[in-house]
Amino acid sequence: MRTLLTLLLLFAVSPAHAHKPSDSYLAIRAEGSDLSGQWDIALRDLDFAIGLDDSGDGDITWGEVRAHHADIAAYALARLKLRSKGADCPAHATEFLVDDHSDGAYSVMRFAATCPEEVTTLEISYSLFADLDPQHRGLLRLEHGAATRTAIFGPERATQSFELAKISALTQFVDYAREGVWHIWIGFDHILFLLSLLLPAVLVLEGGGWRAVSRFPPAFWEVFKIVTSFTVAHSITLSLAALGVISLPSRLVESAIATSVVLAALNNVFPVVHGRRWMVAFAFGLIHGFGFASVLRDLGLPQGALLIALVGFNLGVEVGQLAIVSAFLPVAYVLRASWFYRRLVFFGGSIAIAVVAGIWLVERAFNMKIISP
Amino acid sequence: MLERLPVRPGDPVARELRQLRTDLAANPRDRETAIRLAERYFALASSEGDPRYVGYAQAALKPWWDLPAPPLDVLVVRAILKQYSHDFSGAMRDLEAATREDPNNARAWSWRAAIHMVQADYERAREDCSALQKLESELYAVGCMAYLDGTTGKAAAAHRVLSTAFARNADAPPEVKVWVLTRLAEMSLRQGEAKQAEAHFRAAYFEPINDQFLLAAYADFLLDQARPEEVIPLLVDWVKSDILLLRLALAEHALKAPKAREHIEALRSRFDAAALRGDKLHQQEEARFNLHLLGNKEKALALARENWKLQREPRDARILLEAALAMNEPAAAQEALDWLERSQHEDPVLRRSAEKLKSLRR
Repeated sequence: MRTLLTLLLLFAVSPAHAHKPSDSYLAIRAEGSDLSGQWDIALRDLDFAIGLDDSGDGDITWGEVRAHHADIAAYALARLKLRSKGADCPAHATEFLVDDHSDGAYSVMRFAATCPEEVTTLEISYSLFADLDPQHRGLLRLEHGAATRTAIFGPERATQSFELAKISALTQFVDYAREGVWHIWIGFDHILFLLSLLLPAVLVLEGGGWRAVSRFPPAFWEVFKIVTSFTVAHSITLSLAALGVISLPSRLVESAIATSVVLAALNNVFPVVHGRRWMVAFAFGLIHGFGFASVLRDLGLPQGALLIALVGFNLGVEVGQLAIVSAFLPVAYVLRASWFYRRLVFFGGSIAIAVVAGIWLVERAFNMKIISP
Repeated sequence: MLERLPVRPGDPVARELRQLRTDLAANPRDRETAIRLAERYFALASSEGDPRYVGYAQAALKPWWDLPAPPLDVLVVRAILKQYSHDFSGAMRDLEAATREDPNNARAWSWRAAIHMVQADYERAREDCSALQKLESELYAVGCMAYLDGTTGKAAAAHRVLSTAFARNADAPPEVKVWVLTRLAEMSLRQGEAKQAEAHFRAAYFEPINDQFLLAAYADFLLDQARPEEVIPLLVDWVKSDILLLRLALAEHALKAPKAREHIEALRSRFDAAALRGDKLHQQEEARFNLHLLGNKEKALALARENWKLQREPRDARILLEAALAMNEPAAAQEALDWLERSQHEDPVLRRSAEKLKSLRR
């Protein structure tokens, strides 16, 4: 009797889902008319669908996955339809990685899609593995501005629509300004460059030696000139780079920024340029602008609100800078005549900055890791 | 190497499945092939514990899956797949239709009994087992009744009857032997016969097949016997199975083994993933995880109560009693106490927990 063999399983209803079932993790970020996403799909499932184990040994290797990147993209993206206002937003894969989830290795595919117009309602149709494993689910995480939504896709809920709240220009402006402040706060290379130029502002070079300034106004105007020219310079290159007019390789930019910090700090110990430090600030400020631009690029520039983002971010950087300067100047002015300031802060600090920036320079130029930036 | 596939492409099992899939792809409405493929996948799901196989089985039955009245053979397989995902009412609808259409369908009757047992509906389970008496060979008919009696206060007699039938059917396939031996072990435990239970577990363990249920029950036995060190070699290769990983982590936790932390984290992320998916199939295990590994008694009790609404087997009652005891809330386990009363279930571990709960109330 054929039925007998499976009869047994009966009297104990199976321990349901002893394993994690098949899920994929789909993250999509909507910005203007652009969509960017990351899709994590279990290698086991992909193998079942399109065959990854070319060697037939039961193990899936990195090489086998890499050889199938195009197949994975074609198979998966054909089963994900993104639509806005009735028009398709065609998607293409941009990057492939591999990640471990709690139940094994997953292929991670990054993708980008462009809709004809700004997306207000995103319609997603998901049919991955629907024909092979109706128990499969797609777990969506949709981000738009600061809002995040989640949804579960399966054969019964294969198409779902999501209203995207309109992001106000003000919110966007404030968001980017906040990012600008944050970047200057954590961007030690910019802070150290500025400090190297500011340290001597409360001193004057006379007869080969440093002496404290006698009055506050000259120190203030010196700082004002340095900060203004640094700001003007980096605003110029930040804008040009963000708008795609000029583009420099990031390794070159990062190395040049480190060099600028070394030179600015060494100039305090072995004065070469003095009196016209604002010109140094301007020249090197041009390089720092490219550094800011790469951060802005990583944040993603909204196509519809490019100017808002650019101005917001730049203003954020200035606010952060101003906060540092206004904390520094009064203290430096009060302490300027002391041994503590002149020997320890000014000389010792400059040498320490030069050493740290020198290490950055080596790290960035040779792409190695000595200390964390 | 990034991932090891559960079945090597060159395996006989894999070859057979591939052949069936190819045949079915050529003719998707070929019912016989579709059912054969679905059955093969369901067997894999039971031995490996991987729900993907149930999905693959469901896909094989696609032309018939949503039909209100599919052919008889599809009805039964569809019911079996539905119960795997705990769709008990859907499965029962199909099985009732199947036994109406063919009152001699032994398989449909036995699955009805199985589901009624999970729901603690012992009267209906008895009707199902009675229907089987006329239809099935001795071991199955006796097995059904003994399973029922062994759960409802007659463990000694049930053990006697089932052992006798088992001895007369030494040529039963290994799957059946494992099932009978696991049940015999449970009946022994209910009579407080740990040595005898262990002998049954070991005999089942040495049958040449894998069975998730046996491994879980055997590991629980060793944990109850305070022998966690023996659980580790038993389950070390089964970390992909959530229910077995739970037992492994419990053993490692008891031994203060360094792996415990890693496995607890793995379980946590799998329960999180299940929650993301909206699954409620793990609640019994999740309750045990919260109670014994995280010390989160409140969540454990909530999960155990939720679980009891769907599943009412002795192990579901046990976690509910234990969680209520930990929270000092005898009222929360009232339904499990009522069940113990009504079923006359004998397990001394459950009885002890119930006594403690009742004394709390006084």
